[in-house]
Amino acid sequence: MKQIFKLSVGFLMIAMAFTSCNNSKSSKSNSALNSNAAEKVYVAPGEYDEFYAFISGGFSGQLSVYGLPSGRLFKVIPVFSQDPEKAYGYNEETKPMLNTSHGFIPWDDSHHPDISQTGGKLDGRYVYINANNTPRIAKIDLTTFETTEIIEIPNSAGNHSSSFVTENTEYVVAGTRFSVPIPQRDMPIKDYKGNFKGSLSFLKVNPENGEMSIKFQLLMPGFDYDLSHPGRGKSHGWFFFTTYNTEEANSLLEVNASQNDKDFIAAINWKKIEEYVNNGGGTKIPSEYAHNLYSDENHTATSTMMHEVLQVKPSDVPGAIFLLPTPKSPHGCDVDPTGEYIVGNGKLSANLTVHSFTKMLNAIENKKFAGEAYGIPILKFEDVLAGVVEQPGLGPLHTEFDGKGNAYTSFFISSEVVKWKLGTWEVLDRKPTFYSIGHLMIPGGNSANPFGKYLLAMNKITKDRYLPTGPEVTQSAQLFDISGDKMELLLDFPTIGEPHYAAGIPANLITANSKKLYKLEDNKHPYAAKSDADTKVTRNGNEVHIQMTMIRSHFSPDNIEGVKVGDKVYFHVTNLEQDYDVPHGIAMIGANTSELLIMPGQTETFVWEPKQVGVWPFYCTDFCSALHQEMQGYVRVSPSSSDIKLSWSLGDDF
Amino acid sequence: MKKSNIIMLLAAIFPLALFIFPLWNITLEAPQYPIPLGMNIHINDFADANPYDIKNINLMNHYVGMKYIPEAIPEFKIFPIGIIVSTIIGLLIAFKGNYKWFLGWFVLMIVLSSAGIYDFYIWEHDYGHNLDPKAIMKFTNPDGSVMGFQPPLFGTKHILNFTAHSYPRLGAFFLGLGIATSLLAFFIGKKSHKKVLNI
Repeated sequence: MKQIFKLSVGFLMIAMAFTSCNNSKSSKSNSALNSNAAEKVYVAPGEYDEFYAFISGGFSGQLSVYGLPSGRLFKVIPVFSQDPEKAYGYNEETKPMLNTSHGFIPWDDSHHPDISQTGGKLDGRYVYINANNTPRIAKIDLTTFETTEIIEIPNSAGNHSSSFVTENTEYVVAGTRFSVPIPQRDMPIKDYKGNFKGSLSFLKVNPENGEMSIKFQLLMPGFDYDLSHPGRGKSHGWFFFTTYNTEEANSLLEVNASQNDKDFIAAINWKKIEEYVNNGGGTKIPSEYAHNLYSDENHTATSTMMHEVLQVKPSDVPGAIFLLPTPKSPHGCDVDPTGEYIVGNGKLSANLTVHSFTKMLNAIENKKFAGEAYGIPILKFEDVLAGVVEQPGLGPLHTEFDGKGNAYTSFFISSEVVKWKLGTWEVLDRKPTFYSIGHLMIPGGNSANPFGKYLLAMNKITKDRYLPTGPEVTQSAQLFDISGDKMELLLDFPTIGEPHYAAGIPANLITANSKKLYKLEDNKHPYAAKSDADTKVTRNGNEVHIQMTMIRSHFSPDNIEGVKVGDKVYFHVTNLEQDYDVPHGIAMIGANTSELLIMPGQTETFVWEPKQVGVWPFYCTDFCSALHQEMQGYVRVSPSSSDIKLSWSLGDDF
Repeated sequence: MKKSNIIMLLAAIFPLALFIFPLWNITLEAPQYPIPLGMNIHINDFADANPYDIKNINLMNHYVGMKYIPEAIPEFKIFPIGIIVSTIIGLLIAFKGNYKWFLGWFVLMIVLSSAGIYDFYIWEHDYGHNLDPKAIMKFTNPDGSVMGFQPPLFGTKHILNFTAHSYPRLGAFFLGLGIATSLLAFFIGKKSHKKVLNI
């Protein structure tokens, strides 16, 4: 206890010292907001933003799409959480997307979006994003901006050092934050040390369609694996993971996992392990996990349970894994555009540590090891160190790059962004953030080719920055212009959930491929009604299937009789529109589910279990047309004993 | 082959371009259609300017009771035959005939084209005026008569929230070029005929 007290007092004092010294600077730079900042973020009505920013919603479980520099919100893509607005996770088609080995899970914590790459450059095809709580990775298709795949990661817990892609999107990674018994078993928690393991999963990506499959899981020592980034250029073929809790504490980690002077960055030569695996290496271990795929052809998701994964122990592949000592619980693990520098953002360190890939290779070649951890060689700190940014701030979390030789690091405790120079390690500029910045983002910042025009700071706390909204206030992002020598704050804008992490991309890499509608003729949904002639109502026991169409401005059929109390009524509704931006919605009084919001050419299904006799209306929920208010219909519900036959009609053809 | 006959040969061939390029185009502009709706009229088909345009024109027009644009009309059979027959006649004339025949072909084509335009007008008038009595929205002119929605035969016209444009397309220009060329062939043929006489 004494130790905790001492530590926290010491920490507070440091924090205060830094905050106060920053305040003198910050008040100046804050008021010196250039008068033309407004012009720089102004996107005139009808004009487009230059960049897309995909900002994860953190505990919202979703992925938001913003425009930069305007900071305007375009869409919230449902990923790991149900979304009644879009019926995601509510309609029959997308419920399987949220299936796991633990059953249906309506929520998760979405963290680190990363955009697919080809040749080290953003290609704008997919965004991959991880679920932290129940470990999963999702793929979002950037032609439709919809989640089209979710794969569960077995033998993992707190899928945090994820979901970063290699430079040709060969792999997406998933590293466990919480080490756990592998396989899971009933054992005392205090026996953690030496018994728990951390798994780093490498998911192979199919270059044709972006689909993921777990190629192998690396069973690492029981540390916490925090963040990761791929090598690129000269370091392509390697992946780097930061670790903390190398103490392997299982309780009061805030203290017990902060004792080691240095934790590690684990350098993984995945190409070497891939080769080992391709030659038949590794052990197949029974593991249950769900692989969920959504098809744009039948507008339906399927969930498949998988039963085993291939596991590899570090000792199986000597010379593929090394540990780089890195001060004080490093968080972000960031690789510069050339692939030479690996920045370890030691979040409890006063300095920022940068390792050299070239030096690392030399040290490995000369076998200059400081020791080993569970058989994994530990390199000597001095041998791999490229340089140190001295006293840049407090609590470094994440570094991104502008492609012009500069790096930008977020400092959580001192609440600022610091610009520094690669190679000379000198601090060039600093700007306060409001407040407590977590991650930051430069479009293309995790690639060989960053677009160093804007920097987005994502803050955890806003306090007094916006109009108050009761105890819970918005979190926010702040946009900086980084095109000049000094950073310039341009804009604050509120975000959904917790703006945890982001990936940005020039808009022109995406817009041309963005789908306008689904072709009706390609709709392969088993219950699609592609014209009025296809509409029908059928009964199978107490299941009633209504195959309905919607088009401006009516449902077909819109009068249905013969439904009985106790029936399970499936509304399979097809939007017959083939025009851009003409979705229709449908909602049924008393249905214990969400509305449907159906895009042109798409079919979706909701279930209604009528409990009361009567005549019950349904209506279109999306203001579709001048006759939207007329877009409605009735279902007659008769007693369960009734023998009224099913009938359906539209207009006069009763 | 005489120079005038070669020109006549070209004149007879030009209208065949109608089998490749559209004859006419009707485009509808409105604020909520930043990419306007458009229909290309070929001699044998109505075609979307952009995917699904005709379907969406039909959807818009049903509010005011206009009929759906038909999949096929009898003209789609007659027009291609007319073009082929007149081309064959033109070719025969080019090979066998003299300049007087060129003028005959010119007159024939003028008559046929005028008939075509008249037919188009009749169709447009019916399309714009023969409205469903149960139309969702009914509009009247200032004089109290039922408002029609006939697109212009040629030119631009405002119809409610739409601006309708109706203009010939490349196919029509080739047809016109063919007709004009036959007249040119006539004059050149006539001139050289006189020369021959003078000699």
